[in-house]
Amino acid sequence: MVLFEAKNVTKQYGNQLALDNVSLSVPEQCIYGLLGPNGAGKTTLIRIINQITGPDSGELFLNGKKLMPSDVQLIGYLPEERGLYKKMKVGEQALYFAQLKGLSKAEAMKRLKYWFKKLDIIDWWGKKVEELSKGMQQKVQFVTTVLHEPKLLIFDEPFTGFDPLNTKIVKNEILFLRERGATIIFSTHNMESVEELCDNITLIDKAKTILEGSVHEIRSKWAANEYDLVFDRDVNIEGNGHYSILKQQKENNKSVFRLKTTSDINTNDILQTVMKSGNIISFNPALPSMNEIFIRVIEARN
Amino acid sequence: MNKISVIIKREYVTRVRKKSFIIMTILAPVLMAAIIIVPTLVMMNQSGEFKKIAVIEDNSDLFKGVIKNTKDAEFIYLDNTKVEDLKKTFEKDGYYGILYISPELINTPNAVYLIAKKQPAIGLLQFIENSLKKEIERQKLLAYKIENLDDIMKNVETNVSVQTKKLDESGVEKGTSTGIAMALAYLLGFLMYMLVFIFGAQVMRGVIEEKTSRVVEVIISSVKPIQLMMGKIIGIALVGLTQFMIWIVLTVGIVGVLKTTILPKSGGSEISQSMPQNLMSGNQQVAGTSQTAEMSPQVAEFTKMFDNAMNQPWGLIIICFIFYFVTGYLLYASVFAAIGSAVDNETETQQFMLPVTIPIILGLMVAMGTMQNPESPLAFWCSMIPLTAPIVMMARIPFGVPYWQIAVSMIIMLVSFGSFVWMAAKVYRTGILMYGKKTSWKEMWKWLRYSG
Repeated sequence: MVLFEAKNVTKQYGNQLALDNVSLSVPEQCIYGLLGPNGAGKTTLIRIINQITGPDSGELFLNGKKLMPSDVQLIGYLPEERGLYKKMKVGEQALYFAQLKGLSKAEAMKRLKYWFKKLDIIDWWGKKVEELSKGMQQKVQFVTTVLHEPKLLIFDEPFTGFDPLNTKIVKNEILFLRERGATIIFSTHNMESVEELCDNITLIDKAKTILEGSVHEIRSKWAANEYDLVFDRDVNIEGNGHYSILKQQKENNKSVFRLKTTSDINTNDILQTVMKSGNIISFNPALPSMNEIFIRVIEARN
Repeated sequence: MNKISVIIKREYVTRVRKKSFIIMTILAPVLMAAIIIVPTLVMMNQSGEFKKIAVIEDNSDLFKGVIKNTKDAEFIYLDNTKVEDLKKTFEKDGYYGILYISPELINTPNAVYLIAKKQPAIGLLQFIENSLKKEIERQKLLAYKIENLDDIMKNVETNVSVQTKKLDESGVEKGTSTGIAMALAYLLGFLMYMLVFIFGAQVMRGVIEEKTSRVVEVIISSVKPIQLMMGKIIGIALVGLTQFMIWIVLTVGIVGVLKTTILPKSGGSEISQSMPQNLMSGNQQVAGTSQTAEMSPQVAEFTKMFDNAMNQPWGLIIICFIFYFVTGYLLYASVFAAIGSAVDNETETQQFMLPVTIPIILGLMVAMGTMQNPESPLAFWCSMIPLTAPIVMMARIPFGVPYWQIAVSMIIMLVSFGSFVWMAAKVYRTGILMYGKKTSWKEMWKWLRYSG
């Protein structure tokens, strides 16, 4: 089931086109990657979803119904440029944001205690924000984003500023939220975390959608005719008319080859050829990293 | 609506809890009172001490008994004493100083000296001068040999003091004082200027703070930009009104204390007070008796002033002040909010501040000019133009303004503050999300026309 949908969204600032006929379909309980180079229009799209600005044309749907101003309570947004009132106390501030999202004071208090304990920041409740480290502030902000249990969560670069340990903690919280029914739109330049977390992605460049689909499909599609072949010891193979060797290396007495096949060859035929050279321990389609795909797609357009 | 009240509450509470707010709120009326009281106390202390003054004439008694004793000073006529001798010992003998009067005084105005160790108070000098002057004038008149001169003098003596009565709409006469009206006009105009400017600038600073700390994006994903803007503006307005109310209470309190404690004592500086009385009365008359009068002239004067001040239309003034403060503040605050949203930091605000400051300063200047002529066309039009009306109208009200003018001005204020807020909201909505771009008026005009 589709939780959020944007249809043919266009937005123009003066003479500059920020979004050109962009559509987006986010399935329920999915982690959806919103990718693109700087200035592609991601932030504009996110702001439109948050109803911070309105589109010039196009329609937005949440739960199959047109997006309404009151729907802001169903959305949680962690912007890339985050900020808190520096002079305000942490607890007071978290309460303030929760109330702005429509929670009653008592309810907000209860949930805040739960989350502050869970993320181990309860000791900071009475401190002023300016006394907190950046990572701490990020945690506070994360809590305020998810506190009202929104159906749709939008994280813009949620891991910047965190050490690896806190990155892991927050990552696990995001997965936990998804399990509990939340749908997540995740915008980042960190492609490793895209591979790790995202089910689907949309890649935007220069105001247009240029790539979309499930991460797995996209990687398979771009992998097309490349395979990783591993022998259990040091061997040597050479390319022929059916495949070429892109690269080879030795690893712990194993030999690893990256083969590129011609499109019409059956992989069994290749295996039959190469198995004569030694003992094969693995043969896998080589999936390009999202990083590679990102760079290749964008470079191809320029 | 619920969310806007959450915002108003935050804006209000964080400001009211600040130390600077508490200090300003308490200190301002105290400072104001101090400015008024301290010079008075200093003056009273100067003349408060009782003085004995030796009067010496050179072998004559032309002026004997002319200078009467007062509550503060005793004039002792010493015959057969040389100034040169007394000079050395007058302090030991308990004299404040020596007044030496030469017989030449009748023809030479400066043939009189007061010798003292300290600089004498101005009131004392004037008292002596006036007493001597009256006597010389009397003696010169005597030379004309007019019969019954003393009676004529008494008869001729006059005093003029214009009493103003303001006829209000219902035909009731009230004693007024132009001085009070002027002071009040000045105070009201200036207070309005200060409040609008101080709290308007606070709105601007608040907007810039939210923008630079990037809090704003989180907030406007929860509420509409106009809710945030209006929440901030209203919250700060309430801070201003709170401060204003506390000031009124404190001022009324201080005035009350003043009236009960300082006033009865103010009869103490007798010399300066009895001076005007002396001017009116012939020298034969009781210069010294004024101290025994039940109410000294200054107290009477003050009581009259106080009554006149109470006769001001205070209800109207307070209602108008609150109305013009709220609307004028809303008008300027929304402009300030728009400016705050368009810049990245406070230093960049300067290019926008000038055009906003000009109407305020102009309003203040017209308001000051208003005191000379509250009915002038300039004053009238400036009390209609919304950017200057709050200041100018407040300065005009103590002089009496026809109700229809106030009504028209108020309607103009309401309409224009509505449209200012509407325009400011459009600029604000766009500006608050723009970073790293030098904004110009042209740019802001473009934002005005962006859609949603």
